[in-house]
Amino acid sequence: MPALPARLSRVSESTLLRHLVLALAGMVVIVLVLESTSAFRNGQLTAMAYLGIAAGGLTVLTGLNGQLSLGHGAFMAIGAYTTALFLQDTEPALPVVGVLVVATLVTLLVGAVVGVAAARLHGPYLAGATLALAVAVPGIAVYFTDTLGGEQGLNVLLPEIPDWFADAVFFLTANDMTTTRYVAYIGWIALVLTFVLLANLSRSRVGRTWRAVRDDEVAAEIAGINLARARVLAFVVSTACAGLAGGVMALAVRITAPSGFMLTLSLTLLTAVVLGGLGSLLGALIGAALLTFLPQVATGFGADLGLSDVQSAELAPLAYGLVMMLVILLAPAGIVGSVRGWWARRGTSA
Amino acid sequence: MRRWTRKLTLVTGVVTAGALVAACGAGSSREASGGEAGGASDVGITEDTVTIGAHFPLTGVAAPGYSEIPTGMKAYFDYVNAQGGVDGRKIEFVVRDDGYNPTNTSQVTNELVLKDEIFAMVGGLGTPTHAGVVDFLNSEKVPDLFVSSGSIQWGDEPDVKPYTFGWQPDYESEGKIIGQYVAENMPDAKVGLFLQDDDLGRDSEKGVRQFIDDQIVAVERYTSGNTDVAPQIAGLQAKGADLVLSFNTPSYTALSQLVAMKLNYQPQWFYANIGSDPTLVGSLLSKFSEGAVDGASPLDGVLTTEYIAGVDSTEDPWVKLWQKVWDEHGENGELTNYRIYGMAKAYAFVQALMAAGPDPTRDGIVEAVEQWDPATPGPELAPFRFTADSHMGIAGMQVVELKGGAGEPLTPVLTTDIGDAPIEEDTSGQADDAPPASGIPEVEPVG
Amino acid sequence: MQQFLTTALTGLTLGMVYAAFALALVLIWRSTRIVNFAQAPMAMITTYVALVVIDAGYSYWIGFAVALVAGLVLGAVVERVVVRPVEGKSEINAVILTLGLFIVIHALAAVIFGSRYRSFPAPFGLRGFQVGDLNLAITGFGIFTIVAVLVVMALLVALFRLTDLGLMMRASAFNAEVARLLGVKVGRMLTLGWALAALVGSLAGLLIAGGSLVHPSYMDSVVVYGFVAAVLGGLDSPAGAVVGGLLLGVSLSFVSGYVGSELVALAALVILMLVLLLRPGGLFSHAAERRV
Repeated sequence: MPALPARLSRVSESTLLRHLVLALAGMVVIVLVLESTSAFRNGQLTAMAYLGIAAGGLTVLTGLNGQLSLGHGAFMAIGAYTTALFLQDTEPALPVVGVLVVATLVTLLVGAVVGVAAARLHGPYLAGATLALAVAVPGIAVYFTDTLGGEQGLNVLLPEIPDWFADAVFFLTANDMTTTRYVAYIGWIALVLTFVLLANLSRSRVGRTWRAVRDDEVAAEIAGINLARARVLAFVVSTACAGLAGGVMALAVRITAPSGFMLTLSLTLLTAVVLGGLGSLLGALIGAALLTFLPQVATGFGADLGLSDVQSAELAPLAYGLVMMLVILLAPAGIVGSVRGWWARRGTSA
Repeated sequence: MRRWTRKLTLVTGVVTAGALVAACGAGSSREASGGEAGGASDVGITEDTVTIGAHFPLTGVAAPGYSEIPTGMKAYFDYVNAQGGVDGRKIEFVVRDDGYNPTNTSQVTNELVLKDEIFAMVGGLGTPTHAGVVDFLNSEKVPDLFVSSGSIQWGDEPDVKPYTFGWQPDYESEGKIIGQYVAENMPDAKVGLFLQDDDLGRDSEKGVRQFIDDQIVAVERYTSGNTDVAPQIAGLQAKGADLVLSFNTPSYTALSQLVAMKLNYQPQWFYANIGSDPTLVGSLLSKFSEGAVDGASPLDGVLTTEYIAGVDSTEDPWVKLWQKVWDEHGENGELTNYRIYGMAKAYAFVQALMAAGPDPTRDGIVEAVEQWDPATPGPELAPFRFTADSHMGIAGMQVVELKGGAGEPLTPVLTTDIGDAPIEEDTSGQADDAPPASGIPEVEPVG
Repeated sequence: MQQFLTTALTGLTLGMVYAAFALALVLIWRSTRIVNFAQAPMAMITTYVALVVIDAGYSYWIGFAVALVAGLVLGAVVERVVVRPVEGKSEINAVILTLGLFIVIHALAAVIFGSRYRSFPAPFGLRGFQVGDLNLAITGFGIFTIVAVLVVMALLVALFRLTDLGLMMRASAFNAEVARLLGVKVGRMLTLGWALAALVGSLAGLLIAGGSLVHPSYMDSVVVYGFVAAVLGGLDSPAGAVVGGLLLGVSLSFVSGYVGSELVALAALVILMLVLLLRPGGLFSHAAERRV
């Protein structure tokens, strides 16, 4: 028996190592992509990064722990507003990284409170309650107009790009740093860090606990797992991701206003998670990419069909919604799960 | 699965190492080869085109009415292009939909500036939406002309936002003119304010209070997007307001009229210009049964303000021009006040482009607008206030009463400015000028 | 006094609409244990169908009837085609599926009908009554709203309590296996449950739209309020849904009138959480042990 923990720890060590190497490789790809694409693409990639961070958190909650949150847009709002409140001057009290950490922590605290309540709910009740949360939170920003800027929201003033960072990137790439690219770097570094943490968490004992709770509550409880604690922890981790995503979003969009955090945002995140495949981080990233880049394609396609601007703008959500339903009906494992399944079947038959 | 990631790890590891080695080749000191940003001052201009763009709500809450503005602008640009354009350049106008959502505005503005590479933003619509991109436009040094919003923030700090210019009279000046009118003509009215909860409500309340602070008995604010305004109107009714000054968007004019009917509340209504388009509000209200709201002209007897002649002033020379432009180059549908608004704005841009000379640059057009000659003929009833110290737009307006869908003037054109600038009768003759026969402005390059 | 009265009466009418909507959710919950988050857009699109009929020159009532029938058909189709495969399986998948439907119908409506505001007529007066000096903020259409919802509720109660069909529906919902052994065509009963629910939902949509402006999102907040109302009533009881709807409508109206309209959704959230945490079986349950 004593050999077991030791073996486990060795496996988890090698898991961590593998994830770190993957992360490093990912970083290189990111540098290459960001440096070789236009400022406009950089901006889009930032959007993909913050959607990916939030979707990553959500996929862990829903896919691994079986809790469905329709309120992650609200948590992004909390992260974004915290960030915006810190970045009201050109010389903020904290460097950008510090601000993002604080935004994550603030969201984490709120998430803990909500999570305690949410742990007592399941299925449609949890969905309905978080849906109400998503609809309610923007109103708070409007009510406290003086602090939170009301309908108009808060402008975010980006601090100067730190010299060391610009120098470091220049050393690697011989490109000068622009603000858009700087924010894209922040977003993607945040994404890589988040994903490494989430990937390790889900492979660790904690992750197995979450899965056990998802698959069979009774069995998990008999095995000595504290159901409520597992649920709250999963919820807290997930909301922290949403908070970080909100912070990056505030930096990228440079304004934080209630209209950016309507129900659509929460549904968008859910779409990303379902499209990619519940529980898969790679899936969350693919989902985020689809959400970022497909609308343009769909709009262009609509224009080719002779639809008006307004109509073509709605083609993208139409496609997402349909695909989302088809995924649930035909391939509940999502894109990544299905491809893996196909790969596995191919492997056994060969 | 695991074997698969292992392989991937190995492959990416090798690639990474290679890439790092390759990337370091660029290493040297940043200052040494750091390029200058110069030479980009004529982005968006080619030998035969000028590309400009703007964000408008084509979908969502704010789309009714506002989505017609870019169609008016396009029609006028097409009219100018059909006659050879400006200095041989055709104006290409790129419109992107932001759904009146600031988050989207930021994205589409990125797209306009970085991908479409517009020369200038012309007429970007909305206070909350445009406020989010104004810093970006100024830091990228993109001229941000004639914002479609009356917030004072586009014009009161030209040193902070040197590239941004307003166009229509600001809400504060409008509030002052309305406040003075009420103080002089309805000194006994118990005034209720119905305000949109943003700069529109805030700036105008500030202006109104300069004159009738003691007459105000109730202030109610609504949030754009929440269509149930019954509690707010009930609040005004409960406080006994018999004159309601409303600073809201057109959809909310319709909603407030409906609720007032439900509550049997019949005060004198005074809608700010932005929410008082009789055609649009009428079309929204036209369907309600038993003639309770008369389809013909539901806003009859309502007071409002005007700063350009509307579609019902068929004898106005400018309206004749707009009608001609719309007949020749418009899309489907009638000429509306929103399309006129768009055309008047497009006219101002053509004036600015001409003033910037045959080889316009971004900084050049900004300078040209700052040196605007207030005597230049234009559709606006009062002159522009543009100088190097102020980027505020049209200086004033007149109070009108709506009758049969058209405004009957109750005052001459009054001009003023933000702060405690006095309200004066406009003597510039701006209201009486007419467009050149060609319909295209005649402006000499400045400087 | 005037303001209090106005606020209460506005809340009453609004509450009746929430009640109708909650009723629709309850019907579906009873038959298939699914919360239909797509109820709001389903009702929205049938309202647009009514608008098309009315704009084509037919009377309001023909539009009204067509919308209700469209709701009935839509509900049946959705159950058969979309929901049937996930019935009785993962709760999460059912929720995601209805949300997918939410997005699809939304986008579809915007593509077909455009997303601008349009006014929707009302068959009765929109002017409030006046008694002496007091203005009663209740219109002819408001009274119609209240009566219509009460009639529908009575009809549903009668259907479930007094008819064989109602008995079969209840049996299918209560225990599908046993009902099937007794010869009840369970599948058909579930379809009928969804169809009836969608019809009631359409009614709610028409009642909100009457004398107001419609656009593809005009029902979105109602899905939240309807859900809260249904949970207030216990999610299982039609009468509970109506009482829950009324309570919620009046409370939210007071929040909007006296605190601030932007906090209405927050108030709904607070009410929902209080109920879920303190009396998870709804306000009228005797025991609070049912897990939510």
